[in-house]
Amino acid sequence: MPPRGALAISHVPGRAGRRSSDRVPAAATPSPMDLLEYQGKQLFAKHGIAVPSGEVAGTVDAAAAAAERIGYPCAIKAQVLIGGRGKAGGIKIAKDADEARAHADAIIGMDIVGPHGEGPFRVDQVWVEGGSDIAEEYYASIILDRGEKKLLAMVSAKGGMDIEAVAAEDPEALVKVHVDPTAEFDAAAARPIVEAAGLASDALDQAAEVLARLAEVATEEDATLIEVNPLIVTAGREVVALDSKVTIDGNSLFRHEDLAEIADTVDDPLEQMAKDKGLTYVKLDGDVGILANGAGLCMSTLDVVAQAGGAPANFLDAGGGSKAEAIVNALEVIKADEKVKAILFNIFGGITRCDEIAKGIVTASGEIELGVPLVVRLDGTNSAEGLKILAEADLPNMYEAETMLDAARLVVKLAEENR
Amino acid sequence: MSIIIDETTKLAVSGLTGREGSFHGLRNKAYGTDLVAGVTPGKGGQDVEGVPVFDTIAEAVTEAGANTSMIFVPARFAGASIDEAIDSGVETVIAITEGIPVLDMLKLYWKAKEAGVRLIGPNCPGVLSPGKANVGIIPAQFFDSGPIGVVSKSGTLTYQIGSELKQAGTGNSSIVGIGGDPIIGSDFIDILTLYEADPGTELIVMVGEIGGDAEERAAEFIAAEVSKPVVAYIAGFTAPPGKQMGHAGAIISGSSGTAQAKKDALEAKGVRVGESPTETAAIAVEVLRSL
Repeated sequence: MPPRGALAISHVPGRAGRRSSDRVPAAATPSPMDLLEYQGKQLFAKHGIAVPSGEVAGTVDAAAAAAERIGYPCAIKAQVLIGGRGKAGGIKIAKDADEARAHADAIIGMDIVGPHGEGPFRVDQVWVEGGSDIAEEYYASIILDRGEKKLLAMVSAKGGMDIEAVAAEDPEALVKVHVDPTAEFDAAAARPIVEAAGLASDALDQAAEVLARLAEVATEEDATLIEVNPLIVTAGREVVALDSKVTIDGNSLFRHEDLAEIADTVDDPLEQMAKDKGLTYVKLDGDVGILANGAGLCMSTLDVVAQAGGAPANFLDAGGGSKAEAIVNALEVIKADEKVKAILFNIFGGITRCDEIAKGIVTASGEIELGVPLVVRLDGTNSAEGLKILAEADLPNMYEAETMLDAARLVVKLAEENR
Repeated sequence: MSIIIDETTKLAVSGLTGREGSFHGLRNKAYGTDLVAGVTPGKGGQDVEGVPVFDTIAEAVTEAGANTSMIFVPARFAGASIDEAIDSGVETVIAITEGIPVLDMLKLYWKAKEAGVRLIGPNCPGVLSPGKANVGIIPAQFFDSGPIGVVSKSGTLTYQIGSELKQAGTGNSSIVGIGGDPIIGSDFIDILTLYEADPGTELIVMVGEIGGDAEERAAEFIAAEVSKPVVAYIAGFTAPPGKQMGHAGAIISGSSGTAQAKKDALEAKGVRVGESPTETAAIAVEVLRSL
């Protein structure tokens, strides 16, 4: 199997797969959600796009039993959110029951590293599907083009390979057409695109229908990226989606109960902990724990810490109107990362009041043993009151800084001393 | 002078009867904004501290003379409210709500464009024209009136820069938060166009962040169409690819949308880009004094 390529939009996966959960939805900003191959294919099937039939399996026995039901040859495909599964040994064809069992045994539990060093990603599940007799391999996708504010349809007769390489080496082989946002995008509208891509003449009607259905998946399922590589024509001249790559808009999950269930887990335990607490948190590799209010200020804080020679351990946006409880939660999450050697709170109070933040810090210090230095910079609404609260509390190992730059330099120095 | 909102703004707030909507709507009123109406379906005839509430935005236009709509309703209803606002007869719609599905915004973007209605946001802090009007959640105390127009994807980062400009003794014609979503009603280019035409604006500060290519497009536009000096700041140099950094739109996709690419694009067109919010404010003050 060729590596999966994504044009312009490639993906670092956010979660390992479907796990059941009864968690209460959190208030954190929902992330875009990447679907596993089989989940994407299930959406395709729901919208009338032909996909090979198959079953998902989490154990070798289940995979072997699925292979028996499906028949041979069949494909055993690792279900991880990363391209390059084939090259990594995550996709194998089984000619008989012994091979099916051997392949499932090799693939389930293996760690797959992406083509750009992403991961490793542990394979928890395989998708077992009937073998396809491939006559042609094409490429088709529908993605949201933010800049143009339209959906972009892309089709190529050169499928089954890295589409970014195709686009770079032979740009004319990839036909790109924006979908008119004010008109219906049906098979008739899709037809000129598949024609321009030079697909086999007897496959044009079906390919146009598939492209229209992919656009329907985008609009009805709130998918911001749908990629089929390869879209095959079988020896029997049927057009079939042999792979899927689908990203769902996290903001749309309130109207997609089935997808919301998939979205409920993230693969990093700290990110899961933050999500459960309703915090917007991204785990990074450094040792300076960071909390700021507002996404932009938080990103800026990471940058300033890096400029001061430090390495941020995380992004954590406490959000607008942050209250004491949010501060306790934030400190718990930051502290749960054992790499953290010092923590920076960078708060510019707008709606958020600095005295509330200060109270939160005092409360948290009574509940959690921090064990690492904490640098606090409070500016904006009620900053004087906040600083007074902190001064009166006289917390051990807590430092105040007047400006963002001072705070960044200080926290970097403290982290170094604490290593 | 100012852009988008001023003394002539007559504001209708969708969601004024809600907790957040009433807090911020009444705050805007206290600032001096002419808050003429609240809008909540089924609550027409009530009032919020003397501000009449209507069932529809169209009634707020015909009955109370609203010309600007602020959307402050929960995400799952906000798309419908924006849709209603575009049809209502207001000139400007400012959507504060975070979390509206992006494909809804795609449709609404084109609908607003077709109707000739200016849409700001969603997922934005709103617009402040110091001394004239405040529509949204921008804390006005950090901004003075002055000759610098600010356009930003981020809220708190803007407050930080505004506060430093104020401490340096200058201020703003307007502050426009365009929002951090992948598809927003007005982009940098739309707001740069307004500042370029505004006689009260002498210099423009533009605050961008990772994701998409709006900053790169703005760089091209500035080179071709903007005669006033532009100073920029970009957040997210340390952001890893594929991770959404708070804002729905703040995500590096593959190799596109990086802070470095945006900085390079702006600098290639002669726009000075600050390393930090503090340095950005300092550059803005320096450029302003050299004018």
